[in-house]
Amino acid sequence: MSELMLGNQAVARGLYEAGVSVVSSYPGTPSTEITEFSSKYPEDEIYCEWAPNEKVACEVAIGASMAGARSFCAMKHVGLNVAADPLFTASYTGVNGGMVLAVADDPGMHSSQNEQDSRHYAIGAKVPMLEPSDSQECKDYAKLAYEISEKFDTPVILRLTTRVSHSQSAVTTEDRIERTLPEYKKNIAKNVMVPANAIKKHVVVEQRTLDLIEYAETSGINTVEMNSDEIGVITSGICYQYAKEALGDKASYLKLGMVNPLPVKLIKDFAAKVKTLYVIEELDDVIETHCRKNGIDVKGKELFTLQGEYFQSKVKQVVLGEKDEWQTLDAEIPVRPPVLCAGCPHRGVFYILKKLGVMVSGDIGCYTLGAAAPLSAIDTTVCMGASISGLHGFNKGRKGEYEGKAVAVIGDSTFMHSGITSLVDIAYNRSNSTVIVLDNSITGMTGHQNNPANGKNIYGDPASAVNLEALAHAIGINSVTVVNPGDLAETERVIKEELAKAEPSLIIARKPCALLKTVKHKPPFHIDADKCKNCKSCMRIGCPALVSGDKCITIDNTLCVGCGLCEQLCKFDAIKE
Amino acid sequence: METKSIMIVGVGGQGTLLASRILGSVLGTAGYEVKVSEVHGMSQRGGSVVTYIRYGEKVYSPVIEKGQADMIISFEQLEAARYVSYLKKDGTIITNTQKISPMPVITGAAEYPDGIIDKIKAMGINVIAVDALSAAEKAGSARAVNVVLMGVLSKVLPGIELDAWKKAVEKCVPAKVIEINEKAFDLGREM
Ligand SMILES: Cc1ncc(C[n+]2csc(CCOP(=O)(O)OP(=O)(O)O)c2C)c(N)n1
Ligand code: SF4
Ligand code: SF4
Repeated sequence: MSELMLGNQAVARGLYEAGVSVVSSYPGTPSTEITEFSSKYPEDEIYCEWAPNEKVACEVAIGASMAGARSFCAMKHVGLNVAADPLFTASYTGVNGGMVLAVADDPGMHSSQNEQDSRHYAIGAKVPMLEPSDSQECKDYAKLAYEISEKFDTPVILRLTTRVSHSQSAVTTEDRIERTLPEYKKNIAKNVMVPANAIKKHVVVEQRTLDLIEYAETSGINTVEMNSDEIGVITSGICYQYAKEALGDKASYLKLGMVNPLPVKLIKDFAAKVKTLYVIEELDDVIETHCRKNGIDVKGKELFTLQGEYFQSKVKQVVLGEKDEWQTLDAEIPVRPPVLCAGCPHRGVFYILKKLGVMVSGDIGCYTLGAAAPLSAIDTTVCMGASISGLHGFNKGRKGEYEGKAVAVIGDSTFMHSGITSLVDIAYNRSNSTVIVLDNSITGMTGHQNNPANGKNIYGDPASAVNLEALAHAIGINSVTVVNPGDLAETERVIKEELAKAEPSLIIARKPCALLKTVKHKPPFHIDADKCKNCKSCMRIGCPALVSGDKCITIDNTLCVGCGLCEQLCKFDAIKE
Repeated sequence: METKSIMIVGVGGQGTLLASRILGSVLGTAGYEVKVSEVHGMSQRGGSVVTYIRYGEKVYSPVIEKGQADMIISFEQLEAARYVSYLKKDGTIITNTQKISPMPVITGAAEYPDGIIDKIKAMGINVIAVDALSAAEKAGSARAVNVVLMGVLSKVLPGIELDAWKKAVEKCVPAKVIEINEKAFDLGREM
């Protein structure tokens, strides 16, 4: 039977069919749905969990593999930066049960802070990497990855990109392989990576790469399709689809299903059969560099680009010199950027921070939208956790001048991910820094996953919840205050008070995300047109439900959730429940 | 058959994803190879959202670019204006007449353009403009705009049995709101 599936859903199906029994991931667009779909299979077949971060997730998968289980973890591209440490040494230990790590790159940066290319990690860690180009291959390659993992005694990376992860195409399903756990045998030489053992293991790893190159040459994972001897294309993943769409039978193709390690002879033979050879790969020039290193003449980044997505038109234009035509509408079309939802608990905090004019060291989550107009409250955003350590560095860098005039903001999930160690740094190395945890009881940005601070596990079952107040005290932060960010006056008072203190402090702004099903909303508010002076004070909070008009503001009652924030800003008593 | 390309565009939160799933499902059961491409993430928070549906005997790229779409289904006027350049010369656009102001318009930094539908017509494009919001409210929920528009599309898209549409709607919408959505679909067909 065949069924339309998202690429991510097909990976989950592949895990199920491969007999995987442990999945540990941290969410990150565009990888999140793999783990969400995996958790829909029975827990006694595939146990799933949200780990606090990718390093933990990867280590859980390593442990499960050592125990003999087939294990898995998924992450977005930047997640692999966090998980890189365990990965590089797991490459040396190898596996017991097969271990696969899926990493989803985001060319075009639909929802990411950078455009890094994960293939460098496969090269660096010396592990094989497979790259599917549609949902069927997502499933097939996920299964194949476990065979490769166990045959070559190595973790395997499955590389996805946004368009593969988030496109649906037909997938044929099969039954789950019933696996019996292999026996656990203590093996110090294999699994204890002290120098004496690791030195020997490094030799094994280099030989493994040679064996994998042989596999890349001969196994059929990399396929040649001869149509023309004029144009040849070497490509992989989604770019194969773009190339086929653009060039059809006008070109011959070498489609690489395994992007690390790359074959040499296969590419040389293919190159010999075509007049002009193009490498079509989004992001970095990984395949191109490999070809050049092996003396194969190819055209690549001098015609394409290191930035963004290619699509079929780019390929058509570069290779065939053909351009599509279109008409445009003659009008200024305003952009429609994403915004904090109506009733979002983060809004009140950013309104106050902007009003106080403080420096805001930001982080990653829905609340990064606090950088958008009209709130424009955030000064910096780098990576998860950097708000807190960044603020500490900022305060040290300015020799205390900004203490009392700067805060860090961080979401609950991000705080669990990598904020705790940063807060330890503030307490231990003492800067008079004020940190605000925006505790909306969920991982909002990536589509509402539970996390270690909200008391529910991936299945929605009750779980232990980290007590943020007690945690802060244990770290050595003595001033800890909880505030409801829906109360503007109270929020302003608490932030001012904590900024004025001559010690580090933690403010927990606690109110659940407005989109949670458990949240009971009030009916929409409305504006009394007779009382509204159209002063636009309420517009400063940037609520999408407030619409400006010539005579007065109106409230869009399909969007308003009655949070009451705008009412607190109206001096003329025009906004009513 | 040549591969056909349909885009669904709208504002995050309007239910465009569900519409693309209904359409993908209906085309799949009609025996076509189908690819549906959606982008999750930032676009969900009230941003501009677009999904691509491509179908035919063989489909490679899941993406549609400027000048390549046979049809656009727009959930909102400004989004119709934003994506109209994606249509082929003889393309068709079905658009909801609803207007949702984006943040730059809300804050007064930009203006919502006037007369969008007439301007699109003036480009020689075949426009089907419907008030899907009123129809959805009549069916029982403003959130059924997506299914109303699928009803409208079902009259225009050749080669698919009414029964297949109804089954796809039933399969894709949550069980609790099937009745509302069945009504919304019928109201869309009558428009
Ligand atoms: C290393 C890394 N992993 C994952 C992500 C994806 N990501 C961005 S924000 C976020 C979590 C946001 O949750 P929270 O901090 O609770 O804030 P909210 O969105 O709920 O406001 C995640 C998982 C990332 N950007 N970097
Ligand atoms: S999803 Fe929740 S946290 Fe994110 S912007 Fe909307 S209300 Fe705020
Ligand atoms: S009460 Fe005011 S601020 Fe809150 S959602 Fe409604 S319009 Fe927006």
